[in-house]
Amino acid sequence: MKQDVAQLRNRLRAAAAQVPHGLSFMEVCGTHTVAGFRTGLHAMLPANVKLLSGPGCPVCVTAQGDIDLMVDVALEAKVTFFTYGDMLKVPGTRGNLELARSRGAKIKVLYSTLDAVKYAQANPAEQVVLGAVGFETTTPATAVAILEAQKLDLANFSVLASHKVLLPALRALLDGGEVQVNGFLCPGHASIILGSNAFRPLVRDYGMPCVVAGFEADQMLAGMARLTEMVADALPELDNVYPQVVKPEGNRVAQAIIAKVFEPAPAKWRALGEIAGSGLRVRDAYAQFDAVRRFGLVAGDAPEPAGCRCGEVITGRCTPADCGLFGRKCTPLAPVGPCMVSSEGSCAAWFKYGRGSDNATTRRSAKEMVA
Amino acid sequence: MCLAVPGKVIRKVGDSAEIDLQGNRLEVSTVLVPEATEGSWVLVHAGFAIQTLSDEEAKETFDLLKELETAG
Repeated sequence: MKQDVAQLRNRLRAAAAQVPHGLSFMEVCGTHTVAGFRTGLHAMLPANVKLLSGPGCPVCVTAQGDIDLMVDVALEAKVTFFTYGDMLKVPGTRGNLELARSRGAKIKVLYSTLDAVKYAQANPAEQVVLGAVGFETTTPATAVAILEAQKLDLANFSVLASHKVLLPALRALLDGGEVQVNGFLCPGHASIILGSNAFRPLVRDYGMPCVVAGFEADQMLAGMARLTEMVADALPELDNVYPQVVKPEGNRVAQAIIAKVFEPAPAKWRALGEIAGSGLRVRDAYAQFDAVRRFGLVAGDAPEPAGCRCGEVITGRCTPADCGLFGRKCTPLAPVGPCMVSSEGSCAAWFKYGRGSDNATTRRSAKEMVA
Repeated sequence: MCLAVPGKVIRKVGDSAEIDLQGNRLEVSTVLVPEATEGSWVLVHAGFAIQTLSDEEAKETFDLLKELETAG
């Protein structure tokens, strides 16, 4: 049932008034990043409550070396490279996939991973590589593609997967101690697969309030109100204000398919570095469908673009407006870092909705809109 | 990238279904939601249905569906 926004704001205000200090909550989902602006949420928050964007945009957290690997494979291995549209403009050390395409690489944008499998089946003379990034929401689609390729006995299909597992990254962020957050607004759609219970360890081990929320104004406000109430009451717990969609146990079929095809592995994240168990490696049983093994690929240690502060942005240590490149050398048309490339990146969202206005400015313009 | 949108299963053949996605017809895989049947509401992410919703859940969750209901 849709909740009353005015009532939720009052609840949030009342809880925030009980807390004598500033509160920073963190969302870890690109869709929440965009929804925070689209719904006017930031402007509705009390002065001492902030919502930061964490490492929740899949394109933004992908390490530079992994992006270079995709560009290299597309350009040099003479393959037909399928990937999600978001990936085309992400700058690698030696240009992006779009540039590779202009240099003759065969790159196709997919809607479903099964598009790539069907293409491979119809074009047996071509080596087809699926370049995939994403969190738990997207990982099952890659796993299904591998299972389908196996069923069809395709000798010309493999995946270059840079999938991430959310929880180890959040633990690493908290263990690092550089980021002070008072709780997590947990992602609505990744949690469909993961289940809300997946966040329980953050409550148990770190005393972190965690609330799973959807993407409408009332759902996000309800999440922020619950988080603030938990801090005010000093009773951190797990709550789910999106129970119509997110179940405690998640999608068990999808979890089983991921576990069948992939095993946990260390992965490199932009800004966070290598985190144990935060990535997924294709299991030996499906090695023939792993582009890394098929083409003998090794990801290098590529430096991140000079001056780019995406790493600090995705860990909540600075806002896009704090970056010297933001809106000047780095815009959606000519992005320097991945946070400006992805439509769900913090920098792209700031650019689109506020051009670097701070909370106060956003608040003012929201008031003007109401007036 | 993790956006999922609601649609209704029109026809289902094996692990594949034709979905009405806010007026657009789309073929999606139902391998992750084997419980989905014709008439089910599902959430679709990048060509895959990832969750089934009861009529009630779908109506509660999405404004658009509410509007359709009112219009109907």
